[in-house]
Amino acid sequence: MTVALQPSVLFGLCGAALVGIGLFAVVSSPGLLRRIVGCNILGAGIFLVFGAVARRGAGAGFEADPVPQALVITGIVVAFSASALAVALLKRLAEPRSDA
Amino acid sequence: MTAALHATTPGGFLLVLAVILPVCAVLAILACGPRSAARIAMATLAAGLAVAVAITVELVWSGAALTYVVGAWRPPLGIALRADGLSGAMLVMTALVVVAVGLFARVQYGLREGGGSERERTTFWQMLLALWSALNIVFVGEDLFNLYVALELLTFAAVPLVCLDGRAETANAALRYLLFALIGSLLYLLGVGLIYGQYGTLDLLALARLSRPDPALSVALALMIVGLLAKAALFPLHLWLPPAHAGAPAQASAVLSALVIKAPIFLILRLVLDVAPGQVAFLAGQLLAVLGAASILFCSVMALRQARLKLMIAYSTVAQIGYLFIVFPLAAGGAGTSPWETIAWTGGALQLISHALAKSAMFLAAGIVIKVYGHDRIADLGGFGRALPISATAFGLAGLSLMGVPPSGGFVAKCLLLTAAVIEGYPWLAVTILLGGLLAGGYVFRIIDKALAVSASPLPSRAGVPRRLELTALALAIAAVLLGFVPLRPFGFLQIGRSGLAMAGL
Repeated sequence: MTVALQPSVLFGLCGAALVGIGLFAVVSSPGLLRRIVGCNILGAGIFLVFGAVARRGAGAGFEADPVPQALVITGIVVAFSASALAVALLKRLAEPRSDA
Repeated sequence: MTAALHATTPGGFLLVLAVILPVCAVLAILACGPRSAARIAMATLAAGLAVAVAITVELVWSGAALTYVVGAWRPPLGIALRADGLSGAMLVMTALVVVAVGLFARVQYGLREGGGSERERTTFWQMLLALWSALNIVFVGEDLFNLYVALELLTFAAVPLVCLDGRAETANAALRYLLFALIGSLLYLLGVGLIYGQYGTLDLLALARLSRPDPALSVALALMIVGLLAKAALFPLHLWLPPAHAGAPAQASAVLSALVIKAPIFLILRLVLDVAPGQVAFLAGQLLAVLGAASILFCSVMALRQARLKLMIAYSTVAQIGYLFIVFPLAAGGAGTSPWETIAWTGGALQLISHALAKSAMFLAAGIVIKVYGHDRIADLGGFGRALPISATAFGLAGLSLMGVPPSGGFVAKCLLLTAAVIEGYPWLAVTILLGGLLAGGYVFRIIDKALAVSASPLPSRAGVPRRLELTALALAIAAVLLGFVPLRPFGFLQIGRSGLAMAGL
């Protein structure tokens, strides 16, 4: 098996690619919804990098290091709340105000 | 090695109290409903202030850092909370500003007309308390991932404060702010992942000992610092700040400008001065100083050009933040001296605290002006000092501190920075500090000039305000000035709990 096909390397590369795609979407797209989606792709890439780190850091006889996995779970919760808040604000912007 | 790094100290539970008291209050407000929101909030403000003061007293009394190891799980698996002299100073400053803003909001929401809707009031109290808890975690947190969560909590509390009135304009500013903050914290998170992959720990104290010059750490620190810069709104990532801080209601702007942007700056300080190995710290310091100087000059000029009072104050915030970044090369220290012992470092810490007090006073004073006249167009405010002498005085005193005129906290801070710039051989930074002071004088006197002007006809005022409202702004401004009279105390206090770390870094 070549080095590039080892799971941790593959996951790391995929994560890096997703980070790149997400960052590009956030920086280049004018639409706010696209930027929010871009943030989510960026976040997904980062979580994959954490997965690769967990796989690689399996030092003390574990299948994988559990700490980064715990971090990813927390990270997903935070990212979800952030997306919800952003979408709520976007919805407020989109709807016509009757009392304004 | 890490086993001895953290152990719970006798006063350690105070740190937990500082973090969870406001959270409990938010939950209590949710449970008890909007009617008792203000009462619960006021009780928590008093209790939180007492806790912050108790932490400081404990720090001075024991002369060592307070530590609490959460659940007795030691790092690297567990999370430690730790407060040293700097954290103690930040905790007290935060408590003072939050309490003053709370008093201001209570009086304002108690007014019969224009006190805002009930939902707006309840949201304000909940977000103010949530924000306070998040700030306290940032100041006492030791675990990089824990700090990421704290930063996100801070953003989630700050964004609703920006769009408290629900107008489309402020919702737009809030969304822009949220996107900047999100990208910032995601970059920070990526850096955290890389650091964990390289060192297997996220504890700041452990990292300070382990860190060595290697490319992974450099990349991680670069990602984290850039991410934090977006949250701290340093030039050229400041674009979101003026509309967000100027659009929020005055009591919210005061907290946002005085406290919220200080949290990422505090983290950058810790990353650059504690974690980064020598060469990387030097390079990062130089870059940050260039950005800081650009921030001071560009945004001071922008502040001079603003037609609206709150926008002017918001641009002044970005300019004043610049001073905190020129500290890095000045505090790099020579052989044998740690950054924490230099005068530049003390100057930077004083600037951080005096700016928080002065800026919150300014925003509250601006809020009173808007409340009375219904607008904040500087050109139409001629003679407002006659109708609102206390607010105008508060604005002027806070301005003294921003300009760096003696005898104010800002003067001592800028004087120390200037001295350090000359001694360390950075003439361009010295010139920037002086120019920044002149420009700040320009934009403050523009307002003072309007306040003292004699207008042909008295300004049409919309509403009267009780004196208590004006006195809170004045109290904060006086605190910013009084900071200049205790110049020698912070030196010793800020180094509590730092000596062990300096040793670890060497």
